[in-house]
Amino acid sequence: MQTIVAYVENKPGVLNRVASLARRLAINIDSLTVGPTENEEIARMTICAHTDERGALRLEASLEKLVDVLLAENISDRSVLERDLALIKVAADQQNRPHLMELIKVFRGRVVDVAPESLIVEVSGTVDKIDGLLEVLRPYGVLEMTRTGRIAMTRGNDILRPPVEATGPVIKSPAA
Amino acid sequence: MKLTGAEILCETLTRLGVRHIFGYPGGAILPVYDALGKSKLHHILVRHEQGATHMADGYARATGGVGVAMATSGPGATNMVTGIATAMLDSSPVVCITGQVSSKFLGSDAFQEVDITGITMPITKHNVVVSRAEDIARTVREAFLIANSGRPGPVLVDITKDAQQATADFDWDACAPKLPPKRVRKIHDQVEFDRAVELLNSAKRPVILAGRGIILSGAIQVFGKFVHTSNIPVAMTLLGIGCFPAQDPMNLGMMGMHGEAWVNTAIQEADLLIAVGMRFDDRVTGDLRTYARNARKIHIEVDRAEINKNVKVDAAIIGDAGETLANLMPHIHTRDHGTWLSHIKELKGDSAVRDIQSLPDSGHLYAAHVINDLWKTTKGNAIVVTDVGQHQMWEAQYYHHNEPRTLITSGGLGTMGFALPAAIGAKFAKPDAEVWVVVGDGGFQMTSCELATIVQEKININIAIINNGYLGMVRQWQEFFYDKRYVATPLVAPDFAALAIAHGIRGERVTTRKEVVPAIESARQSDQAVLLDFRVEQEDSVYPMVPAGASLHEMIRRPNNPLVETSTEP
Repeated sequence: MQTIVAYVENKPGVLNRVASLARRLAINIDSLTVGPTENEEIARMTICAHTDERGALRLEASLEKLVDVLLAENISDRSVLERDLALIKVAADQQNRPHLMELIKVFRGRVVDVAPESLIVEVSGTVDKIDGLLEVLRPYGVLEMTRTGRIAMTRGNDILRPPVEATGPVIKSPAA
Repeated sequence: MKLTGAEILCETLTRLGVRHIFGYPGGAILPVYDALGKSKLHHILVRHEQGATHMADGYARATGGVGVAMATSGPGATNMVTGIATAMLDSSPVVCITGQVSSKFLGSDAFQEVDITGITMPITKHNVVVSRAEDIARTVREAFLIANSGRPGPVLVDITKDAQQATADFDWDACAPKLPPKRVRKIHDQVEFDRAVELLNSAKRPVILAGRGIILSGAIQVFGKFVHTSNIPVAMTLLGIGCFPAQDPMNLGMMGMHGEAWVNTAIQEADLLIAVGMRFDDRVTGDLRTYARNARKIHIEVDRAEINKNVKVDAAIIGDAGETLANLMPHIHTRDHGTWLSHIKELKGDSAVRDIQSLPDSGHLYAAHVINDLWKTTKGNAIVVTDVGQHQMWEAQYYHHNEPRTLITSGGLGTMGFALPAAIGAKFAKPDAEVWVVVGDGGFQMTSCELATIVQEKININIAIINNGYLGMVRQWQEFFYDKRYVATPLVAPDFAALAIAHGIRGERVTTRKEVVPAIESARQSDQAVLLDFRVEQEDSVYPMVPAGASLHEMIRRPNNPLVETSTEP
């Protein structure tokens, strides 16, 4: 699994270009998250792809060729903090609810909704942690689940910021 | 100044230096055509929108500037797809402008509506829909900048009809291109650079692999200096032809599937390959597992995504070919390489000095003769525009180019039907140049409708049809790999000379060798277009040939027939 962070123009069609590129390179995307940054004109993507280092290099280099991609960087080898968020609706009645709550606590999940026959758990963390919680909840009956996919950030002084200066390409020859 | 979107488009194109637009009108682009009529822009009416894109492409390849094609929405736009992909694969700066249905109908399956930006996303460098008149000027200026910067490529601008009709303020200074800020990659990586220098100065059997990037970079002079300073022989890709003079003794010729045996053997025996502005295409490398196994590799390339894509290299310098070579020059030691060069000379044997022209006339007309005669008669000074197939490879082997941008050919996509329209574009770009179309009987029939464009525009280009009655290259594969089962390759064609005459173009048929030179001479003397239908040997093949997927040294060599390599000196 390879993780690439990309800063892109926050406008329609960019997600399509990125996804279409991965398809063209025959790279299977495991998860792709996108959201605005502190600069509303720029969005940040975390792309997790089933590929090797060479595939990630091609994806990274090809992404940067897209006009709307400001920067793409493979952070798989770096010290990275990654988070996935899940909402899990699990079957729960009066009898097993206390037991379920205990389990959820162990995984540092939060119960965010309780209904007579179910409850919704919110849990964030690494993919492994969420998978682990899911495993223990499954016997109770998982009714519904949604996950955000991973977001990732390099730790400490390793700071990835979008470029701000418009450098502009250099034209080699006259226009026509 | 208040102008309509259509007027803004014409004004912007004019200010960008555009003089010619190749296009075809239709409902969704009509406002632009109305404005075109009032502008000084010369619109060339094509017969099919594919032709418009190839013309813009030929125009771009002949000059290095941007070629412009125009079409209406729907089928007009989809007809451009092949031409756009052709430009994409060969890094040609083309801007396509398409009309689109009015913005209020977008997504409603309106008449002649198609999502052309969706369709062309993977085959353009960039594309964009414009639905406001005030965005047209800036977007078109950005399109030109994107098309012809870095590694060039096609850009499509899709303009809705309401944007063409609406009025907006036109202020040239206020609509300067505003592209997203991109990270500047460190181009000069000292470690890679030093490694490249060390490899260059210590190699015993080096070969330079020269590609189209040298031509696109405008690096002809610095490349020539680099070759002569380093004393390293040059092998060229098909699209690299012209980046280094054919007559220079350091030029080995074209490499790859139909490269001469000594070129491919030299690559396989080399201890260092210096790839400049080329991308290790499968037609160049053959089987990657056995490709140049003894060689270290240096890759000089402007597109980072090409590094280590097909061939793993030992040193990669990302950057413009000309700049990089200029940076390398002061570090290069001039070395003798005498043993290596004389070894390559031995590989060549006497094949390079035998001349097909001095061989006795067997009564057969061979394509190689025709092309070699064309080279001799035009003294190698014509712009030759080829189609795709056997004649294309024979052109690469038997027409020796000394200047860049004198061979225009569809390499990456291998688009049949390219030659005739691309030659029309090249002629508009270089009106004083002698332009020859070299085309097979198959490819010619794909876009022969553009003969009418030649007549309507009164342009003088000459057409040499290498007519063997087959889809020759496919037939050759069937001969070699499918036991001569010629399925769907025998080809009926009209009488091309009569077809030309029907269009109002002089047409002649040539069937014997002695008629070839007089026919070419006569066509050259004419101040109008001439079509020559050369009826050549039907089952002739291009040699040498590396079968697809085979190792580069596993060539099918020329049988003992009259076709041998030729000298590069007339």
